[in-house]
Amino acid sequence: MGKMIQIQPVTRIEGHSRVVVELDDGGNVSDARFHVFALRGFEMFCQGRPVEEMPRIVNRICGICPWNHHLASVKATDAVFGVTPPPAAVKLRRLAQHMAYIPDKLLHFYFLAAPDFVLGPDCDPSTRNVIGIAKANPELARKVVRMRQSAAMMLEEWLGKVIHPVAAVTGGFSRPLLEKEREKFLEGYKEQLEFAKFTIAFAREEVFPKYTEAVESLGVIKTGFIGTVTEDGTHDIYDGKLRLMKPDGSYDDFSYEQYTDHIGEHIEAWTYPKMPFAKKWASGEFSLDLDEPKGIYRSNALARINVCDKIGTPEAQKELDLFREKYGRPTQLTLLYHWARLIELVNNCETVIQLLEDPEITSREIRSDVQVKAGRGVGCVEAPRGTLIHDYTADENGLISSVNLIVGTTHNQAPINMSVKKAAQDLIHGGEYDQGVLNRIEMAIRAYDP
Amino acid sequence: MAVKVSSEWLNACSGCEISILNIGETILDLIPDKIELVHIPALVDSKYYGQLGDGTKLELPKATVGLISGGVRTEEHAEVVREMRDKVDILVALGTCATDGGIPAQANMWKNEDVLKKIFGDCPTHEPAGHPTEIVPPYTDSVLAVDEVAKVDIYIPGCPPHPDWIADALLALVEGKTEWALPERSVCDTCPVIREKKSAGGAAIKRPLENYTYDPDEPIEKMRCIMEQGYLCLGAVTRAGCAGKSGVPRCIQARQACRGCFGPIRRGAKPMVDMMGALSSIGQDAKSLVDRRALLNRFVGAHKNLRPLPQRGKK
Ligand code: SF4
Ligand code: SF4
Ligand code: SF4
Repeated sequence: MGKMIQIQPVTRIEGHSRVVVELDDGGNVSDARFHVFALRGFEMFCQGRPVEEMPRIVNRICGICPWNHHLASVKATDAVFGVTPPPAAVKLRRLAQHMAYIPDKLLHFYFLAAPDFVLGPDCDPSTRNVIGIAKANPELARKVVRMRQSAAMMLEEWLGKVIHPVAAVTGGFSRPLLEKEREKFLEGYKEQLEFAKFTIAFAREEVFPKYTEAVESLGVIKTGFIGTVTEDGTHDIYDGKLRLMKPDGSYDDFSYEQYTDHIGEHIEAWTYPKMPFAKKWASGEFSLDLDEPKGIYRSNALARINVCDKIGTPEAQKELDLFREKYGRPTQLTLLYHWARLIELVNNCETVIQLLEDPEITSREIRSDVQVKAGRGVGCVEAPRGTLIHDYTADENGLISSVNLIVGTTHNQAPINMSVKKAAQDLIHGGEYDQGVLNRIEMAIRAYDP
Repeated sequence: MAVKVSSEWLNACSGCEISILNIGETILDLIPDKIELVHIPALVDSKYYGQLGDGTKLELPKATVGLISGGVRTEEHAEVVREMRDKVDILVALGTCATDGGIPAQANMWKNEDVLKKIFGDCPTHEPAGHPTEIVPPYTDSVLAVDEVAKVDIYIPGCPPHPDWIADALLALVEGKTEWALPERSVCDTCPVIREKKSAGGAAIKRPLENYTYDPDEPIEKMRCIMEQGYLCLGAVTRAGCAGKSGVPRCIQARQACRGCFGPIRRGAKPMVDMMGALSSIGQDAKSLVDRRALLNRFVGAHKNLRPLPQRGKK
């Protein structure tokens, strides 16, 4: 028996996890796994709850993406009761969805990912963090903190809770947007767009080029991808159909309700999350084998950027064109998640501005009549980490009788495991490794999160 | 000298940590001169088993202040709580999961084996299977608040706590204080709506299937109390503070009802009992409330407030 290396907790990611790398007698990697030890059991304790309460309960699945769970849930509750929200309410939800993405992207890029790139993966671990960034570039750090804060605060001013929101309600939205808020936000988001454009240019020109080799090799695996697109294949994070793309670029499009025809889940005995896989590929088989994976697909920004035919706003489309020119479609390079996120950041800012300029956005028609009845509904949106699937069934009293949830991070459980193993195998030979090497293995995980 | 702070998350959602970040620019005045973050998995690369991953015992660095978010769901969480208690002078429970169990403690309405059986045995996307048993830490008997495992010195409730209070408590600790608490007031005490102390909505409590009555162009002071409109609002039994140092309770700002995310007004109070009283005092029939037990204990399922009901012979 060789040696076991435990990296726990995996740091600068959201949530608790551990990596175990096993070395054989020769000091080479015989296995490496990514374990998640949390299982809160939402599918159990949502059972019996009133349908309309769900969006206020399941947002606690994730404090990074509470808006996304809130909205996927509210869409599922609409579907259970068979109600269509008024058009203005849909726009308000879409607005909140794009607004909520912005602080998250800034947080991820500058605070969680950047320390590896700006300070370097091998630097002293006690400075390899946001505080190190603040020391290395105090002006930029302050600007980031301020921009992130102002993005979060606009949402708070309008709807009270930014974390664990309450404003999306079955049949619509609880509060309209007032004209004076609209004007103020418009100004705020024009500034956000400028900062987003600065950020992607900075990343494209000054950060990623230094790490070309890492981008081309670290944790690179071959998988499919999942994401949401509109009828004509445009990137969308609020509504549309699901697209599951094979590694060769061919794909199946399907409606939310059909997810069970396409997605199965595999259970391993050594980690709590299940591992979703594409069950129409490889005759329904599942394998994490690095040379011949079966059924494995990825979610999150890189997946969405790979599956879409185009993106709905001009500046983001320019960025998408540049990205595709360089890396093609689909690209498998794991670290490009960071880049894909920033293309979406530009799109988020542009979409918020478009929605704020839409005259209907201040309409007072924001809620439809809701009647309690039995039914089933599947609601999906894209969270930063990937497609959220909320599938609810209710009895005739409108109480939940069954819930199935597949969330962003869950889709990526299998591919993260593969990337970890790939990185470990490439980096550790003959028992030689240091903290920088172990940090590089973690970098392969950080790419997926959030 | 900077005060050393160590932070951990257990059965948590990361929202408490995002709330720390939402302190905003003030945090840059605290870190690194006044506060040194020696361990915080969300931001800093400090490991249980050493930087080379070859330790055999879970270890945390010494610190003056320890922050824990999330309740205790597994034996490993309990171990982290005990280890942190050993290594810090002041232990802070951050967020309602840590102080009272939070939403995840709704699971306490079921036995552990039923939770695991449901999750792995009854799901439309896979065949029924056994639950993971290798390496994964086993469940504790129920979802526990942190103070059910070790002594807690300071409670900062909220789901999530407001950044104002996190900053306030941290500043107090940096100044050498060892105590801090939110005032014992209710959300209703800080809510500006119109109250007439009687229900205008009849005795039966309505489900929130339509928007509450209010004029969006009027300030919130012109809106009638949600409970008096005939719907459930838990403001009367919930600790004030969700709006931070000033402002309208957060859900009310969105024209939504309170669901109790700041936990009980006093430590140890039972919102279930107190709310039944509050409802009848304005002429509402508490028995008409749908899903009463889970709703009134939504954030406080630890401390044995929620437990599995005896089997009623139905399957
Ligand atoms: S208290 Fe709320 S915000 Fe904090 S960890 Fe628990 S669910 Fe998340
Ligand atoms: S019951 Fe709700 S709406 Fe009424 S005063 Fe209390 S918090 Fe405000
Ligand atoms: S109003 Fe109640 S539920 Fe809403 S944030 Fe405040 S304490 Fe929490």
